[in-house]
Amino acid sequence: MLQYITRRLLLLIPVVIGILLVTFAIVRLIPGDPCVVMLGEKATKEKCDAFKERYGLNDNIMVQFGRYLVNVAQGDFGISLRFGRPVTDMIAERLPLTLELTFGAMLFSTFFGILLGVISAIKRNSIIDTITMILANIGVSMPVFWLGLLLAYVFALLLKDTPFYIPPSGRFTSGISLVPLAKYWGLTDLQGLQKFVVTFLSNTVLVNAFITGDWNKFKDAVWHLILPSVAVGTIPMSIIARMTRSSLLEVLGLDYVRTARAKGLIERLVISKHAMRNAMIPIVTIIGIETGSLLSGAVLTETVFSLPGVGTALVGAILARDYPVVQGFVIVVGIIFVVVNLVVDVSYAYLDPRIRLE
Amino acid sequence: MAKTAQLDTSKHAEQRSPAREALHHLMRHRSARAGMVILGLLILMAIFAEVISPYDPTELLKDVKRREPPCIHILGCPADKPEHIFGTDGNSRDLFSRVVFGSRLSLQVGIITMFFAILIGLIIGAVAGFAGGWLDNLLMRFMDVLMAFPSLLLSIAIVSVLGIGLINALLAIGIVSIPRFARLVRSTVLSVKEMEYVQAARALGASPLHILFKRILPNAITPLIVQGTLGIATAILDAAALSFLGLGAEPPRPEWGLMLSEERNSIFSAPHLVFFPGLFIMLTVLGFNLLGDGLRDALDPRLSRSSAA
Repeated sequence: MLQYITRRLLLLIPVVIGILLVTFAIVRLIPGDPCVVMLGEKATKEKCDAFKERYGLNDNIMVQFGRYLVNVAQGDFGISLRFGRPVTDMIAERLPLTLELTFGAMLFSTFFGILLGVISAIKRNSIIDTITMILANIGVSMPVFWLGLLLAYVFALLLKDTPFYIPPSGRFTSGISLVPLAKYWGLTDLQGLQKFVVTFLSNTVLVNAFITGDWNKFKDAVWHLILPSVAVGTIPMSIIARMTRSSLLEVLGLDYVRTARAKGLIERLVISKHAMRNAMIPIVTIIGIETGSLLSGAVLTETVFSLPGVGTALVGAILARDYPVVQGFVIVVGIIFVVVNLVVDVSYAYLDPRIRLE
Repeated sequence: MAKTAQLDTSKHAEQRSPAREALHHLMRHRSARAGMVILGLLILMAIFAEVISPYDPTELLKDVKRREPPCIHILGCPADKPEHIFGTDGNSRDLFSRVVFGSRLSLQVGIITMFFAILIGLIIGAVAGFAGGWLDNLLMRFMDVLMAFPSLLLSIAIVSVLGIGLINALLAIGIVSIPRFARLVRSTVLSVKEMEYVQAARALGASPLHILFKRILPNAITPLIVQGTLGIATAILDAAALSFLGLGAEPPRPEWGLMLSEERNSIFSAPHLVFFPGLFIMLTVLGFNLLGDGLRDALDPRLSRSSAA
């Protein structure tokens, strides 16, 4: 197993270099003088020369790419043109929300997807099965941002004065704010990785509330995450439900399941201990594949629920032609996606010993 | 149940051509029929947009208020008020006319991007699979890298290079969809390249191009049709998403995603402005998804017919 993980980790290196190559190329491919692109039309000749000198744009392209690799490996994504601050700092502030949202959506879609799929498979061709599969088909076809807006309308306006009210925007009820962890721990003058980690944890609302032990804040944050998570998780949930259904139906037709039933095992154990074990493999694969759509969905949904995450930062950066920020966020999300797929592959090998031995 | 169905197919297969056989299965497939009905209506709506829509989709109407709720005469709206069955939008334009014209745009978007993606994917996949060696390696590793990004994110990044606009958004979505078609074509080419009928053609002195186009690639048509149909659904969703983010279509174009984005802040005061454009995005995507599922079941006998019923 360890050998398998090591091999997969090594295979990650060329993919990550590929991601960096693409993002590097993207900015170089922008038509026009890089200096005009970066500094705007009004840049003077002297400013341009200084700019090129400073960023080493006069060097050989391979040298530039090498330097870029070294910088990124050290966690240096450059400076935002718009805000004049390190992109790494912005990532530490914005990424937590997107990850929390992705995580919430993943929990929602996996739990309900598998639940609905199992019910449909057990009650095959019943009314419940038909309704679930029709809903799954509709769920796959819904634009995330539309669903988000509709959920906001239903839960924040129609159910306003009922216990089912769920807030449609923001991370907290107004009046509640986060204590920066650096302040909580009394840390000053943080540098480099330390600073990144502390800012990152501090902005991960659930972790922050957990560390500071403020349960009301924790509950409030979870409450605010519900609607966006449901919106982001609906498409993956539908796909997982369909996959669970067909995968479980296939396994339920196999001989060993019949044996399990024949020896008098109760149906619940046949499903949970025998059938689901084998049915899980394709389901786990689908969950991995859907992580991409979760990340994309999170990026889209942030704009609907006015949440300060990667999506809003990215769109703002594109509109302002702030290329280092675009580059930085694309790299980070790309790498997260690749790592999640690695985790899925490893769990795949855990579920199916044949893969390890290949 | 499954067994008798299989026996049936083998009996009929002797009498019908494969194409008619597939069509027969498609027509009997419940979700495919539903998909075809939805798409048929949408296509009619797109073709006859000028006839159906009562107003010009970009015309600012003078005699109506902004964001008026739907007014339908037979449902009790006073007869002296002008009829707007989906209401009017924030620029006092008729929403129904905009939605109707949006169908034209959305269908074009889906079909054009997929045509582009399939064409390029076909070339890359065919060259990689047929040539093999370092060229295959180079092309396929490049495809791997493109697939290493979540697709919408990569399209956003590409739009940032190309600049904002509908055409660029389409190009970005097309580029992002290339890898899966390239992989599909390559795997088909690899699986039949060494087959005896291909060797026979080679022995008869057929040129490599003839072998590739006449003997090998026809095998890829079926999976390409299936993946292409499902791909149109994704492309329409992604294009709407890019427009929603403000990176795609620009006002006053009647694009559904853009319409949602323009009115997203009036969700609480005028929900109809958000509801209808989104509903039509969903219906269009649903139509292509259902048809794609049906095509997969009808055209690809290797997959079970039970899973997508």
